[in-house]
Amino acid sequence: MKAPKFSYVRAESVDHALALLDQHGDEARILAGGQSLMPTLNMRLSRPQLLIDINRLDALKGIALQGDRVRIGALARHVEVLNSPVVAKNLPLIAEAMPHVAHVAVRNRGTFGGSVALADPAAEMPACALALGATFVVQSSKGRREIAADSYFKGLYETARAVNEILVEALIPVEKPGTVSVFLELARRHGDFAMAGLACHARIDKGVIAEARLVYFASEVRPTLATRAIAAIKGKPWNDATRDAALAALADDLDPMTNLHGSAAMKLHLQRVLTRRAIDQAVARARAA
Amino acid sequence: MTGEETTEITLTVNGERIARRVRVREHLVDFLRGELQLTGSHLGCEHGICGACSVRVDGVVVRGCLMLAVQADGAEVTTIEGLTDTGEIADLQAAFVERNALQCGFCSPGMLVTAADLLKAAKPATREEIRNFLSGNFCRCTGYHAIVDAVETTLNKRLGR
Amino acid sequence: MANDIPTKATLTPFDRPNSYVGRNLSRPGARRAVAGRGTYTDDVVLPRMLHGACVRSPYAHAKIVRIDTTAARKAPGVALVMTGAELAKRCTAPWMGTLKVFEGMKSAPQYPMAVDRACWQGEPVVFIAARTRAEAEDAAELVEVAWEELPVVAEKKTALDPKTPVLHASLGDNLAFRKLIDTGDVEAAFKAADHVIEETFEFGRHTAVSLEPRSMIADWNPANERLAVYISNQVPHMMQYLFSRTLGVPEHNVRVVSHDVGGSFGMKIHSYGDEVAACAASMMLGRPVKFIADRLESFLTDIHARENTVRAKIGFNKDGTITAFDIDDLSGIGAYSQYPRTSVFEANQILNITAGPYKHPNYRARATVVYMNKVPTSQYRAVGHPIGITVAEALVDRAAETLGMDPVEIRRRNVMEDNSYPRLTGSGIKVLDLSHQACLEKLVRLMDYDALRAEQALLRNKGIWRGIGIAAFIKGTAPGPQGLYGAGGAPIAAQDACTIKLEPSGNVICAVGVSEQGQGVDTVMQQIAATGLGVPFESVRVISGDTETTPYGGGTYASRATAIGGEATYQAARKLRAEILVIAGALLQSDPKVLDIRNGVVVDAANGTLRIPLSEIGRIGHFQLGELPNDVQPTLSVTHRYRLLDLPYIFTNGIHGAYVEVDVDTGFIRHLKHWVVEDCGRIINPQLADEQVRGGAVQGLGGALYEHCIYDENAQLQNGTLADYIIPMAVEMPDIVVDHVQTPTGQSELGAKGAGESGTGAAPGVIMGAVNDALRPFGARVTIQPMTPEVVLQALGKL
Repeated sequence: MKAPKFSYVRAESVDHALALLDQHGDEARILAGGQSLMPTLNMRLSRPQLLIDINRLDALKGIALQGDRVRIGALARHVEVLNSPVVAKNLPLIAEAMPHVAHVAVRNRGTFGGSVALADPAAEMPACALALGATFVVQSSKGRREIAADSYFKGLYETARAVNEILVEALIPVEKPGTVSVFLELARRHGDFAMAGLACHARIDKGVIAEARLVYFASEVRPTLATRAIAAIKGKPWNDATRDAALAALADDLDPMTNLHGSAAMKLHLQRVLTRRAIDQAVARARAA
Repeated sequence: MTGEETTEITLTVNGERIARRVRVREHLVDFLRGELQLTGSHLGCEHGICGACSVRVDGVVVRGCLMLAVQADGAEVTTIEGLTDTGEIADLQAAFVERNALQCGFCSPGMLVTAADLLKAAKPATREEIRNFLSGNFCRCTGYHAIVDAVETTLNKRLGR
Repeated sequence: MANDIPTKATLTPFDRPNSYVGRNLSRPGARRAVAGRGTYTDDVVLPRMLHGACVRSPYAHAKIVRIDTTAARKAPGVALVMTGAELAKRCTAPWMGTLKVFEGMKSAPQYPMAVDRACWQGEPVVFIAARTRAEAEDAAELVEVAWEELPVVAEKKTALDPKTPVLHASLGDNLAFRKLIDTGDVEAAFKAADHVIEETFEFGRHTAVSLEPRSMIADWNPANERLAVYISNQVPHMMQYLFSRTLGVPEHNVRVVSHDVGGSFGMKIHSYGDEVAACAASMMLGRPVKFIADRLESFLTDIHARENTVRAKIGFNKDGTITAFDIDDLSGIGAYSQYPRTSVFEANQILNITAGPYKHPNYRARATVVYMNKVPTSQYRAVGHPIGITVAEALVDRAAETLGMDPVEIRRRNVMEDNSYPRLTGSGIKVLDLSHQACLEKLVRLMDYDALRAEQALLRNKGIWRGIGIAAFIKGTAPGPQGLYGAGGAPIAAQDACTIKLEPSGNVICAVGVSEQGQGVDTVMQQIAATGLGVPFESVRVISGDTETTPYGGGTYASRATAIGGEATYQAARKLRAEILVIAGALLQSDPKVLDIRNGVVVDAANGTLRIPLSEIGRIGHFQLGELPNDVQPTLSVTHRYRLLDLPYIFTNGIHGAYVEVDVDTGFIRHLKHWVVEDCGRIINPQLADEQVRGGAVQGLGGALYEHCIYDENAQLQNGTLADYIIPMAVEMPDIVVDHVQTPTGQSELGAKGAGESGTGAAPGVIMGAVNDALRPFGARVTIQPMTPEVVLQALGKL
């Protein structure tokens, strides 16, 4: 199980990487943390002609508060996000999700940007970013553009990023006082990709759900904002009737995949269980705050 | 493409400065094992699940099969052989032997390199937390109980508990 | 763990003050492994060595129309491209995976690589040797095979239907084997019973997943026509026969060496075509050829196991007396019966051991074993036991539930009494020296069973659903030559041997036919030899895993190393001791009977006075033979062989307990704690025995909870990576409490029975029992393994 032949270039700058992307198109792959790309290379499932290693591009690194947004550089390692005081303080949802991301050795190398760029349907970070209304900054040799998370995730491993673009950073609005977030997922084993998962961000006033973003992942081809379920709970107190309405609406929001991890029916069931548990917890957290 | 692309790298492995020409498609552990004959790091899956290939790169544990050798240019790499020679985990290794926290031993180097990171943090950890920390390293023989015992004993000794 | 005093009242040589039997000594091999200084097969590099890779069938069943290797032969670094047909020409004869003892069994002839037809996805088709593994894989991609797909047998349940295609036309149908055991009168017993319950159980196919994959180097030396094979393996002598017989190299010219073995679990005791291909490649090239199966190949080509469906019935009376069991097993194997151990052992063992702890006089068991287009199945740790034990224990639990009786109580009433041996099991097997009652009572104390039940009841009121499982078992260990292999005609030694030598230094070399895979065989043999001889542990060195330097033996399988190899070593040591005492007697002009060897020194037996150290015996015995009288001509080297005399197996017994919590909303199972009490006879090294049990239990739990080779309707493996085939990792597994009852076997002086599979056999049964106990308030019941969340949710009616 050895990787097929390829060429390798260590990018000296973002512009260098972009020029190589322009030159090689989809025959090139960006190598960031490599925790998803390397297995596919070793298994010969992926056959790029050129790997563009961006690991030494300082411009893509770092985590910092910028006004009312947190900038997470695409090359921020999972471990940096996990240990970041900025994230812990301003993005509690991501802080809660982070321990679910793989294992220590993978977190030491895998990157936030890599996870968002690949958009694995079971990955935690895309779901969190979508729940928090993040903006992704991508860059090509023509310049930079911003893509709202809401329009970034297109399908199975499919995003709005073009072949000639590199994901540079994510800009994530800080979680405002008065809001709560809850992250839940169900994975067969700790650190595995989940079978069902929910990233929830809400404002709950005196038991009434004023605003909410419920993003479901793992069961769907892409992280999915459950607009109908959200509509069912918005402006309502969290009681049996609201819950039943939300769980019913979920059947229209979600279109779970049947795969090795289970049937679509089971995944819908699990997402409903998570919905109940997450909003119970959100309400409890709001009350405690 | 027909040719095999190679490139020069310079790195520090177990404290020794090394310069070599490597095939760019070769992962770090194939390089360590094949080129440097450091056979303590093992290959169990080559897709990043089993942890047998765990090595320390620039101070932190990583999957050696999920990093290209060429990417280690300029890096400081420490393998089980290096950790043994410096004596950093001599207490942990002794605890593994005494507790029989290994059978076939194929997972042990990776397990030890990972556990070394936990010990380095020098913070108290429950059995559950130790299990959690090691849960990216597969052991087919022991059932993990003895490994957790050995790590727990070593950690507690280091913390003077 | 507590180490029981042997039940024999008299003192034995093992109770002597300088005995190493019953002591926790650490393994020298462990010190190498933790330093990264193990020598696994892939660590070995030979001059001019090449690396092998295979082209494998992408189809479960397909005809090979044409193979074009032109481009591959021209690829960089390639030294050899060999097709299955080319390899077949170098083979003396095809393999035939049948044994005489399995009456009526059928299998088709099999060549190491597919010749004109591939019968499972992953079957090797072309072997390539190149400068590096990467280049061999590059070349493999350039081989063009024209395939013609054939109809597939993917389901065991329909394998015998008239509409299902026949996999091997020469066999007439897809039936491999049928067997029936019928003792007593099951039908009459069911009629007479107060209750009869029937249930069907499904067991998913899984595989060994040793962390080190199959690994080997073949090194043919054309100058002396000798073949050396370095291979990660449990059975060097069997492999010597296999390579010799398949490739026509005289057996004494084949050397098989197993260095450190990175896990095996029964998977590394079989024939694998790619390994034979590597040997043939080395013979064709006159260069060493390494072949390391990668993880994807491991899933596709290592033997699989456990794919069974069992319909079972239990008859019992109001007082809890079980009167009859009736089981009907359908076992789905692969495309061939695995040479040379066959693929029908699993079904055969299920029939042998199901309900083995119990006294029911009526037992009927049927097995139907069918071929499918999947990789062959064969022996994997605790062959058949996880299935038979799960089935029987689940039925016993259901009987208890029906009667409102505690699961412990119903077992108390039905297990064989500890003073009732020898006796026969329901399946007609003779069992001796078992201790079901003692183990059961010890387990109840160890678990603090009543307190657990109280906690369970308390938590149920809070909506926390916990369950307690109990599973008793018997385990066939240490087979004898009148058992299945030898009597069946397989070239597999059931005897084992030890050659023990006193060196000039007074140190001891002990070469054994049993082999080490990390379970501690070498250390255990060292302890036994030191004890038998009376020398310090450190003065003994054990050699194993090399046909060139060890006496002929069976290697390690079926929990036999300590029971069989240990007795051979003990007796060899005693014989050498006797010879040393004769020499010492001659030198000291003393009656050998009044002398003893203690701590490496010949002493007066009566008072321990030092007389002569073994270093002197060694020096004189090797260099100064003139000092000895002419009628004392020592060899200082003894070989002793041991085998079971009259039994097919030494049966052991034990019992597991488990405590789990089920999330009834998600179907997730949390395993909180696990207990095992088992009786492997006299324990040589308690720590090693405990760790065998712990590791074995987790392996069993893996199959019950996670592990499953999932195939689609075209018999394509869907989850052949470690990302998709899930195995137990540290955080999901519980602490495991182990204890023992020691009833030495009367079959040997050492008294040891097998321990290596006692953790595995009952673990799936006990956790299924615990889960079902947790689900009982919901009227739900799980009968499928692995017990995925979906299986649990379906049982609960939530999907």
